[in-house]
Amino acid sequence: MSEGISQPDQPQTLEGHKGDKDLFSKFDDIIAMRQGLLDSGVEDPFNLVMEKVLSPTRAICNGRETILLGTYNYMGMTFDPDVVEAGKQALADFGSGTTGSRVLNGTYQGHKDVEEALKDFYDMDHAMVFSTGYQANLGIISTIAGKGDYIVLDIDSHASIWDGCAMGNAEVVPFKHNDIEAMEKRLRRIPGDAGKLVILEGVYSMLGDVAPLKEMIAVAKKYGAMVLVDEAHSMGFIGENGRGVVESAGVIDDVDFIIGTFSKSVGTVGGFCVSNHPKFEIMRLVCRPYVFTASLPPSVVATACTSIRKLMHGSNKRAHLWENSKNLHKGLKDLGFQLGTEEPQSAIIAVIMPDLQQGAAMWEALIQNGLYVNLARPPATPANMTLLRCSLCAEHSEEEVGEILEIFEKSGKAVGII
Amino acid sequence: MDRAEVDAKIREIAEPFNKKGVTITEDTSFQNDLEFDSLTVMDFVAEIEDEFDIIISMNQQAEIEKYGQLVDAVTKMQAD
Repeated sequence: MSEGISQPDQPQTLEGHKGDKDLFSKFDDIIAMRQGLLDSGVEDPFNLVMEKVLSPTRAICNGRETILLGTYNYMGMTFDPDVVEAGKQALADFGSGTTGSRVLNGTYQGHKDVEEALKDFYDMDHAMVFSTGYQANLGIISTIAGKGDYIVLDIDSHASIWDGCAMGNAEVVPFKHNDIEAMEKRLRRIPGDAGKLVILEGVYSMLGDVAPLKEMIAVAKKYGAMVLVDEAHSMGFIGENGRGVVESAGVIDDVDFIIGTFSKSVGTVGGFCVSNHPKFEIMRLVCRPYVFTASLPPSVVATACTSIRKLMHGSNKRAHLWENSKNLHKGLKDLGFQLGTEEPQSAIIAVIMPDLQQGAAMWEALIQNGLYVNLARPPATPANMTLLRCSLCAEHSEEEVGEILEIFEKSGKAVGII
Repeated sequence: MDRAEVDAKIREIAEPFNKKGVTITEDTSFQNDLEFDSLTVMDFVAEIEDEFDIIISMNQQAEIEKYGQLVDAVTKMQAD
C-alpha cells in the first residue's frame, strides 16, 4: 500500500451519476470528504509546500523550519557532494534531457553505467532502468503475466503492483497480508499447467512491517511459481549488502525479479528491475511502459549511478539508520503511543491514531511545532487505520531524534492522545 | 453439491459478514445492500474458496454483483 490520499491502492470503479450531472460527478463524495476535513479548520495535510530544502532532514515548510520525518530519503543521499557533482557534470556534458525512448535515441552512456552499477550492487546478471518505480512494476508485471496466467499477491500491495496486474489481464488472486497459509491454499488450487507469478514486498510501507520471505518464497517455489519482490523500502540498509529483505532472509537466489526505485534510498527518481533470468533482455523490446516513454535525463542517471555505488560502502550510515529507528520506536512506545509493529522492522515507524479527526489534529500540532510526518488515512491504509508515518533518515542525528520525541510528547499531550 | 446446497452453505458463511442483518435474496447486491468493503470481500471470498476448494479470482469477482450470481458461479466451479 502507499500514500494514496483518497483512494485505495487496489483500483476501484466509481459509479457515474446519471442525469443532469457530468463525468466529474463520480468524485462528489471525495470532494465532500476533503472539504469536511478542511472546514474543521486544520492545516491541509496534503498541500504542504517546501519553500526551501536545507538538508536531507530539514526544510522550510509553510514558512517554518521543519524536521523532515516523512520523506523516503532513508540514506540521506540527496545532498551528498559526490552525487550532486555527478549530476552537474552530466547536465553540462549531456544536456538536460534525452528527448527519446530507451529503445530509440534515449540510451546514453549514463543509462548503461547505472545499469552496470545495479548489476554490481545486486550481483545479478541483468538490470533494466525505467523512468519511475511505478513504471517498473507496471511494466514488468503486465508484460510477464498475461491472459490465462495467474498472479498471487498480498492484499496490501502497492498501487503500482495492482495497476500492473490490471494492465496485463492475468487472473488476479489476492491473499491476506503476510499470511503464508492463505498464500499456499491459493497456489495449490491454481491449475498445474498455468503460468504463476507470486508478488511480494520486502517492507510494506504503511506499517513498516517485513514479509516472511523465507517461508513464502519456499512455498512459491514448491508450486512452480516465479517470484517478484518489490524492495523499494529496503534498498541500501536491509541485508548485509543493502540488497533488501530477500538478502537478510537468505533467499535472494530464489527470487526471479527484484523491483526497486531510485526515489528512496538512492535519492533521485527512476525505477528498475534486476534479474538472473537468461531471457531477461527481451523485456527491453516487449515491455510497453519501458518502450513508450522518454528515458531519464542524463543528470538523473548520473546521480543515481554515483549514489548506488556509494551505497555499496554505506555500512556506517546503515548502522546509524538502524539506531535511529530503534531509538524512535522505543521513545514513542515509552511515551504511550500505539505503534504499527511491536519491534522496529524497517526505517518506517507507524503511529496509530484513534481516528481521522484526531490524526489530522495531531498532524497539524506536529507541523506547527516544526515536525513533518506523513498522514496516511483510509482507504489507503490497512484495516482503515489513520496513521502518522515516520520515516527515518541516516542523516538524522541522535539529538534530532531526541528533539522529534519532545515534539511528539508536546503535541500528543496538547491533542489529548497521550 | 446442487445449487440449493451451495446456496445454504454460502448463506451460512455470509451470516457473520451481514452486520446489519439485511435479508439476502437472489438480487441482493454485495456493494450496495450489504455494503461490503474490499477487506470484507477478501475475507468473505477466502472463506467460500476454502469451503469449496475453488479459486474466485478478482477478475471473476468483478462479474459478480449480486448474491444469486455468486451462488451460480460457485455451483458451476465446484462441479467442474
